Amino acid sequence: MKKKRELMNRREFLRESTLVGTVLLLFGSPASEDSDSSNDNEPIHQYGMGIQVDKCIGCGQCVDACKRENDVPREPFFFRTWVERYIILIDGTAQVDSPNGGSEGFPEMVAENEIMRTFFVPKLCNQCANPPCVQVCPVGATFITKDGVILIDKDYCLGCRYCIQACPYGARFLNPVTSTAEKCTFCYHRLSRGLKPACVEVCPTEARIFGEIGLRSSLLARFMRFNKVQVLKPHLNTEPKIYYANLDGEVR
Amino acid sequence: MENLIEQLQPILKQVVGYIYPNEVELHWGILIVVYPYITGLVAGAFILASLERVFEVKEVQPTYRLSMLTALAFLIIAPLPLLAHLSYPERSIEIFLTPQLKSAMAMFGFVYAWYLMIVLMLEIWFDYRKDIVYWARSKKGWRKYMYYLLSLGSLDLSEKAIRFDRKAGKFITIIGIPSAFLLHGYVGFIFGSVKANPWWSSVLMPIVFLFSAIVSGIALMILIYGVTTLFRWKPIDMACMDKLASFLLYAMILDISLETLDFIHRMYESVESIHILGQLISQKLFISLVVIQILLGTLLPLGSLASVKLFRLPDELRRLIYFGAAILVQIGIFSTRWNVVIGGQLFSKSLRGLTHYKMELLGIEGLLISIALLFLPLFVLYIIIKILPPWPEAATTPLSSIAKESSQ
Repeated sequence: MKKKRELMNRREFLRESTLVGTVLLLFGSPASEDSDSSNDNEPIHQYGMGIQVDKCIGCGQCVDACKRENDVPREPFFFRTWVERYIILIDGTAQVDSPNGGSEGFPEMVAENEIMRTFFVPKLCNQCANPPCVQVCPVGATFITKDGVILIDKDYCLGCRYCIQACPYGARFLNPVTSTAEKCTFCYHRLSRGLKPACVEVCPTEARIFGEIGLRSSLLARFMRFNKVQVLKPHLNTEPKIYYANLDGEVR
Repeated sequence: MENLIEQLQPILKQVVGYIYPNEVELHWGILIVVYPYITGLVAGAFILASLERVFEVKEVQPTYRLSMLTALAFLIIAPLPLLAHLSYPERSIEIFLTPQLKSAMAMFGFVYAWYLMIVLMLEIWFDYRKDIVYWARSKKGWRKYMYYLLSLGSLDLSEKAIRFDRKAGKFITIIGIPSAFLLHGYVGFIFGSVKANPWWSSVLMPIVFLFSAIVSGIALMILIYGVTTLFRWKPIDMACMDKLASFLLYAMILDISLETLDFIHRMYESVESIHILGQLISQKLFISLVVIQILLGTLLPLGSLASVKLFRLPDELRRLIYFGAAILVQIGIFSTRWNVVIGGQLFSKSLRGLTHYKMELLGIEGLLISIALLFLPLFVLYIIIKILPPWPEAATTPLSSIAKESSQ
């Protein structure tokens, strides 16, 4: 009789442990929940950049610094960032150029008395919140990080170039060395060490302001408070995170 | 890399206006022109074959099997230009293993596999099964075993089995028509969904692609049917040719109507891109769009096909007109693909300038490879025809004799 009871206990034990195991399998282990919640506690960044168009003097140092920092080929066909010069003539027509991305400055193009207004516009990947490049990548080699930066996994990229076609801003190119798509990453390797992107670091007039969107203490938030800002090609609904202050309507 | 730089340097001098500095290199070259051209032929040839099967257009019956085999031959080659264009073709398997489901391009593998494996292969197999069994029994040597293998062990030739083959074939054709629409409509979607590019971004793009596919497929079958019949020293079935030409004419009228609608819509809306697109047509695409695509590739064949309807012309002259029209249509549709793919990259997304495309002669993205890829499907078709002859005289002896044989 005693032996029978023991046997029943063993049965009950087995039944109960199977039940517990099934429940754990179905709803996940408590340990995994713990690790999830610890991720939630990490500070979530949302990086963006402000550009004071009026402060850019077209020196091209940002273009040069970017090429050095990121090993971008020096030839004039590959740019993670570049500077455009706009010359609006008296008759209202616009002339735009960016010789070698503006990295060597700009030669005089028009006599001064023919110019109505002129200005420089730095360009780079807009790190869109609704990025068409990420949408079209067939294998997910280009992706958006938690902190809102769009990166490319060059070990996964097929080199189909669909993302280059999908980018409305001409911010992507095919790196001729790696044969994979490439573009500005906000110098992600520097961000992870608490540094600013190279272009921001070298700008002599502080035309580029890097920071976190929504964080009141950041320089970017201050820039957004004191300026009326505009993004490029807003009608395409890409939701860029590069904000331009005093942007002229001629800029596309 | 040095090669690329050497190619890009002279283009820099040919840029008109302002383009973004990354836009000097044109990313989709002639290989990506060849790809939609070939898939268009597949969809067109298949839809023609379906006409006989589903809508029972008896006149085009002589082209039924030939159209199916043509579609198969071109479909087998269709992914090659894409693979050749990739920097890392060996990574393309990732499209199947880890597809990014929001990407239109990631769907290519699935649409392709569905169309090749489920639709085309199955339909051809059901249509040929009784012949395959007959050949397996009547041929000698390795051919006998090849046909046994192709029959997949399904050797039943009873009336019930044959009736099932027919039913299954028809059912697959019915699924096949929307699949063919999907295959080529999808190729149009790849371009039409790029909102960054005003030349491509249009909801009409998949539909225009589809109708131009039907046009090119019918024209191709006029050529292939005509040439294969001549080479076999058989008389050309003029009722069939007349019907094919009529279909070609109707498809062309639909195609040109859609393209005109697209053109008028763009002109009437006249959004900010209209100026650069106007420059694109007048400065960069005048020959390929206005002269080749519209005048030579559309209006001339349209006029000549219509003239056949209006006047009574002798058989010989009609044949010549049909052949001429079919060749012109092929050139026209290839130009259409060129104007979409290359044209869409010749203007800057800043809408301020135009760039230039210089096609290589040699190299993987070159003209020679593209010509080879265009003719490769014909070679594949030759082999398929050797295995599965579509000619009426190659088909089996009257079914009753086989049925008798199998019941013994």
